[in-house]
Amino acid sequence: MLTMLRMLTARIRAIFRHDADDREFKEELEAHVAMLAGDKMRGGMPAELAYREARLELGGIAELQDAHRDVRGFPRLESLWRDGRYALRMMRRDLAVTVFAVLIIGIGAGASTTVFGVVSALWLRPLPFDNPERLVWIANGASRNLSNQTVQVGHAVDLRERSQSLAGLAAFSPFYGIGDIRLTGSHEAERVTGVPVTQDFFPLLGVKPWLGRYFNTGECRQDAPRSAILSHAFWRRRLGARAGVIGDSLILDGISTTIIGVLPPEFDFSGTFSPGRPADLFLPFPLSPENNRKGNTLALIGRLRPEVEPMAAVPEIEAVVERFSKEAPDIEPGRRRNNFRPLLSPLQDRVSGRFHGTLALLAAAAGLLMLLVSANISSLMLARASVRHRELALRMALGASRGRLIRQVLVEGLILSCGGAAMGLALAFLAIRFLASLGSAGIPMLHAARVDGPAMAFSALAAVLTGIGFSVLPALQASASNPQEALKETGRGVTGAGSFMRRAIVVFEIVLVCVLLSGAGLLTRSLLRVLNVDPGFTSSNVITLRVDPLRERHSTREARNAYFDAILQQVRAVPGVEALGLTDALPLGDNFGWRGWTISAIDGSTSRANALARMIDAGYLSSMRIALKAGRGFTPDDRPVSERVVIVNEVLARTLWPGVDPLGRLLEASGRQYRVVGVVDDVHYFDLERDTGPEMYMLLQQTGDYQTVDLVVRSAVPPEPLTPAIRQALKRADPTLPAVEFRTMDQLLDRSVFLRRLIVLLLAGFAGFGLILASLGLYAVISYSVSQRTGEIGIRMALGASPLAMQGTILAQTMTLAAVGLAIGLPAAWMASKAIRHMLFGVAGSDPLTFAAVAAVVAIVAALGGYIPARRASRIDPLLALRSE
Amino acid sequence: MPREEPDSSQRSGILRGTLDLMVLKTLAQMGPLHGYGLALRIEQLSENALRVNQGTIYLCLVRLVQKGWITATWGPSDNNRRAKFYALSKAGRKQLKIEEDNWERIAGAMAHIMRPVPES
Repeated sequence: MLTMLRMLTARIRAIFRHDADDREFKEELEAHVAMLAGDKMRGGMPAELAYREARLELGGIAELQDAHRDVRGFPRLESLWRDGRYALRMMRRDLAVTVFAVLIIGIGAGASTTVFGVVSALWLRPLPFDNPERLVWIANGASRNLSNQTVQVGHAVDLRERSQSLAGLAAFSPFYGIGDIRLTGSHEAERVTGVPVTQDFFPLLGVKPWLGRYFNTGECRQDAPRSAILSHAFWRRRLGARAGVIGDSLILDGISTTIIGVLPPEFDFSGTFSPGRPADLFLPFPLSPENNRKGNTLALIGRLRPEVEPMAAVPEIEAVVERFSKEAPDIEPGRRRNNFRPLLSPLQDRVSGRFHGTLALLAAAAGLLMLLVSANISSLMLARASVRHRELALRMALGASRGRLIRQVLVEGLILSCGGAAMGLALAFLAIRFLASLGSAGIPMLHAARVDGPAMAFSALAAVLTGIGFSVLPALQASASNPQEALKETGRGVTGAGSFMRRAIVVFEIVLVCVLLSGAGLLTRSLLRVLNVDPGFTSSNVITLRVDPLRERHSTREARNAYFDAILQQVRAVPGVEALGLTDALPLGDNFGWRGWTISAIDGSTSRANALARMIDAGYLSSMRIALKAGRGFTPDDRPVSERVVIVNEVLARTLWPGVDPLGRLLEASGRQYRVVGVVDDVHYFDLERDTGPEMYMLLQQTGDYQTVDLVVRSAVPPEPLTPAIRQALKRADPTLPAVEFRTMDQLLDRSVFLRRLIVLLLAGFAGFGLILASLGLYAVISYSVSQRTGEIGIRMALGASPLAMQGTILAQTMTLAAVGLAIGLPAAWMASKAIRHMLFGVAGSDPLTFAAVAAVVAIVAALGGYIPARRASRIDPLLALRSE
Repeated sequence: MPREEPDSSQRSGILRGTLDLMVLKTLAQMGPLHGYGLALRIEQLSENALRVNQGTIYLCLVRLVQKGWITATWGPSDNNRRAKFYALSKAGRKQLKIEEDNWERIAGAMAHIMRPVPES
């Protein structure tokens, strides 16, 4: 062992002492010869003869020196080094080709490393919690409606006590609103977001406080004094990262709240559980009878015991839930338990599972792009290899073996691709930093994307594979040449096989481009379709702001209504304001009125429905330009004390009164009766891609039943310049109102299609780059073949072929390649489109328009790529061409 | 094409590894020697039965130096030229002992196989 180590270090040292060792050995050998010759001369031999014999006896000095080098160093490594140096010399000679190759490998590697970084953050990397693979999300049924995914406090308590497969159970309550809490005190008033969590929440995840401690049992009682744990970001932003904040108080909604802890920077609640909805602080959620009575409030996270298989936990938990639901069907006398149908999934799937399809798509696209890059450089190197044909043949004739030549080509390929990988890493670093900064993008864990060890390893691996990939064909071609033939040929050294290979590669590139282009095309069409969806309202020139009153200051409904009247009156007076209204749920906003109301028709029908209720004032529908289909909107005559009125959307009208005019009918909701005064168009509140369900509008002032209220202001011109005036008007109505975060409806609309737009941009970029590569490949092949056929073309033109006919021949040749590529590529693209079916919106996977467009684009680009060489061919001077033969 | 490490046994027709042993033993007996001296000495001792290709000995010496069994220093030779003198190191002395034992074991076994003692 020690000996081996000594040898290894000695050999490594020998690499660096190459020249010195050579010199020393030469001197040693010369001494040897001198001594041997000296002995011979003493025996009476003449000096000249003695020296000659001495040399002979020693063996060839040059040969010995070679052997000596091999013995003392790493012969393979050193010849690899020599290959590398040779390759670098060759690359410097073809600098343009080298730069081009490194550039496109770099772009390809950058794209795929970026995609890898994102895939790794969202999918491959475990969640940043203790043993995240043991964490499960326990949903309540498979509904997308939030209140159907959550459970009652009683369920959580019973499940925690009785389940044998769970080591722990914690929950947060997802029904918190963005900016629901008003923070007042020494600084400017602002809205903050507080997430209610159970006592076990942070211990269960294994998130250790950065400062302070977890909630204790006392703080999690119903009537306990208020306490909060702060997010790291909020602590830095609002409290200047002061270490002494533990024990201090914040005034939240006018109530003094003690800070008991600060979370570590790497814990990002919103990024993990609720992307795009930043969480500033965490408040204890008591598992109390009071909260139990509130209905489904908790989103459950369980930690499985170490020995329990996730699959085995499912029936056990189902059985436990069934048992306690049967044993104690009432949470208190007269109040039944809500339904609980436990549905387990790994927390990781819950967090990012719905993005896996998108990620797989991007990964596939990046893979195709890398193949394209590889194919392109492969044909580039093939072209160069045939230029260097004679050089290689010469080396072979001088004794280089096939293996040696193959290795030479591979080394060149690897050097190129490593250069490309380095550039790719730099690009990926920038791209990922940009993507991670898209904080409000609504993509979980994206903030954690970075170029880390695995990403670098991936980049290196991709580079090596690409390098080998694009070197294989040139290497085989290089070594397949017969040196005699090659050296005999006077001019062009191209073999038929090489040119066939290059054509095949170009066809392959066109096939790949077809797949990329059609994918990008289909998704672009989908995006356009989504953007074309009528949201049910007009987003332009509308600006919004949270304005809900402090309940502590405006404790009665009358006081709150007066507060709203004051706000409306002040803002209406601002010049430029055209219309304004109030709502508790902005379309495509953050708080979308998640609560489903069970309603039933009183007259005209006996139907029942589950509808979402929006609380609005008299001005909302016209400010948003939500179309009235029948009846009337709310008016100032609908007073808090007059008859309860409701406006239904078309879906609800059809559901409750199929085939019957709903106007003037009565419906019952929450034990109260409402008269239908109007029917309005369906509005997309959640996203543009899903159909709207049954919804209804009630008068805010009548019900008083709202969590948040947004002011909606429509102006005749783009509304941004109005914000200072609106802010001043609001200050006059309520000096404590945080009037900072204005948002336009256009912004909300943009945000709702953000992900789709991002994917389309990425894919279109990939496809465009691919198209450039393929057209360059085509151009290279055609122009190479023109240059090879100069003589032939010259003869033809001398025999009377017109330049135009010549041009036509070359173009036809190009178009044949493109046609073959399309013939294979379009069916391939059609097959590939099946894989993205779930991401299409409003277009079929076989959309003829998209495929026709792809064919047209490829044909046009091919024609351009073939035209330049064709023109060159038509300008060949027959005399010159023939003379060069 | 990467050249295989030349095997000294191919060149001299000596059993692989025995040249190492011969060099070590010679250095142990004679003290420091230069390459030429070693070659001469081995030829003499083996009574010219083993004619070592003189160059081969240098390849063997490099390996032994790298293994740390012998050391090399420049010094003046008899005819006032600079020559490299090789000497056994401590590790080399240990290795020599191991290889000698090894050799005797193999040589003994070979002797038995080649000339079996007739059964009585």
